[in-house]
Amino acid sequence: MKILIVGGGMGGTIVANNLARRLERELRSGKAQITMLSASERHMYQPGLLYTSIGRLAPDELYRDQRSLLEPEIEFHVDPVETFDLDNNQVVTKSGKTHGYDQLVIATGSRAAPETIPGLAENSVNCYSEAAALEMLRQVRDFKGGTVGIVVGVPHKCPMIPLEVTFVLHDYFKEKGIADKVQFQYTYPIGRIHALAPVAEWATGEFAKLGINTTTLFNMKEVDGNKIVHSEEGETVDAELLVAVPPHRGMEVIEKNKLGGNGFIPTDRHSLLMEGRDNVYIVGDTTNLPISKAGSTAHFEAETVAENLAALIKFGTTVRDYDGKVFCFIEAGKERATYAMFDYNNPPAPKAPNKAVHWFKMAYNQLYWASARGLL
Amino acid sequence: MSERKIIDARGTYCPGPLMELIAGMKQIEVGDELEVLSTDEGSVSDVPEWINKVGHEMVETTQEGDVWHIVVRKAK
Repeated sequence: MKILIVGGGMGGTIVANNLARRLERELRSGKAQITMLSASERHMYQPGLLYTSIGRLAPDELYRDQRSLLEPEIEFHVDPVETFDLDNNQVVTKSGKTHGYDQLVIATGSRAAPETIPGLAENSVNCYSEAAALEMLRQVRDFKGGTVGIVVGVPHKCPMIPLEVTFVLHDYFKEKGIADKVQFQYTYPIGRIHALAPVAEWATGEFAKLGINTTTLFNMKEVDGNKIVHSEEGETVDAELLVAVPPHRGMEVIEKNKLGGNGFIPTDRHSLLMEGRDNVYIVGDTTNLPISKAGSTAHFEAETVAENLAALIKFGTTVRDYDGKVFCFIEAGKERATYAMFDYNNPPAPKAPNKAVHWFKMAYNQLYWASARGLL
Repeated sequence: MSERKIIDARGTYCPGPLMELIAGMKQIEVGDELEVLSTDEGSVSDVPEWINKVGHEMVETTQEGDVWHIVVRKAK
C-alpha cells in the first residue's frame, strides 16, 4: 500500500511517524510505503512565535530539520504539491514529478491572511510567522505608551491567542515599567471575550483586575491609516499599537485545486475522510470542521488517521473515529497558566491558572519535538 | 435564486456555532442563507443578538430533539 502524506507540519509529521512505527514490518518487506511531500526542509514550532514576538525565544530555536524528525523508513521530499488529481489517485509536484498513492493524507495547514481585511496588514502586527513576530517585537519594544488594540478575525489558528497575547503584553509593559502609560482595548467577535464560556468568565475577572477594556461583537471591516479599526457592527477602535489575530485561510494550493472554500476541505467529523472520497484523509487546520485550529487538534486527528491507515493493512478495515478531542494551554500572565480540554461530547471545564501548568507549558515548548516524533 | 448552506456545529465548543456563522457569512452572497445546527442552547440568543447588531436577517429557529436549527439570511 502506497501512503502519501502532503504537508510536513504537526499533523502530517505525526501521521507519518505513528504510521511508520505501526507498520515497521510492512515497510521492511515492501508491503507498505510512506512518502511525505513538504514545502519546507524545516519544521517550525508555531506556538513559539508568541514568545519570539516579545523577545523570549530566539528565531532559530523555533526550528528543527524536518528529516531529523522523521522515522528513517519514511521517504521525504521537499517538493510541494501543485496539482491534486484525486480521480486518478496521483499528485504532481512543483518539480514536475508525479506521485501515485493508494491512500492520501492532506495536512497542508492554514495561513494568516491579514490582506483580506482592507488596511489590516499595513497597520497592525501579529505573531503568525517569523517575519511578523520579529516586526511585532520591534514595535512592542519601541512602544512608549498609548492604547494597545487587540483585534480578532475569524477563523483563526490557536483559539487562546487573543487572551494570551493580551496577558503576555500586559506583563511585558509592566516589567518595562510603563504599565501606567498603556491602556488595552481588547475586542472579540462574539458576545463574550472568549469562545469557551467558562474561559470567558474567568478571563473577564482577570481583565477587570488588570483594567483591560473590552468590546464584544466586534468584527473587523477595515482599518484606516490612523490605526482606527471599523467594525462590521458600526463601532470603532482607535489604537497606537494594533495587535491582530488575522483571519485565516487554507493554503493556496487547496484553493487553486478547488478542494474547498477558502482552502478548507469538507471533511467528515468522525472518519476524517474528505467528503465524497474513500481514500483521502484530511488532518489539522486543512479540515473545514467547526473545531479549534490548534496543534493539539492536528495531533489527535493524526493519531486517529495513522491508526486507521495501519488498520486498513492489518485488519482490512478502519477501527476508530475521531472524537473531537482538543487540548489547549492558556497562558494567563504572571507565570501562571491553565488548560482547556474537550471533545464532541464533553465540554471544557478549565481550572484556575497556576504556576505548575505554566512551567509545564515552558517544558512543552521543548517536549513538542518528542510529540512531533510521535513519542508523546 | 438564493442558496442555503448548512454549518454543522453540533457538539462543538470552540470556536463554537456563532463564530462559525460569522466566518460562514463572509463566504456567501447577499440574499443567501446559512443554517447553523447547534446543540448549545445559548446559540438561540447569541445568534440573533449578533445578526440584529450587524444588520443581517433572522429567518427561523426550530428545535429537533437537542439540536437547534437557526437560519439566517445575509442582508448586506
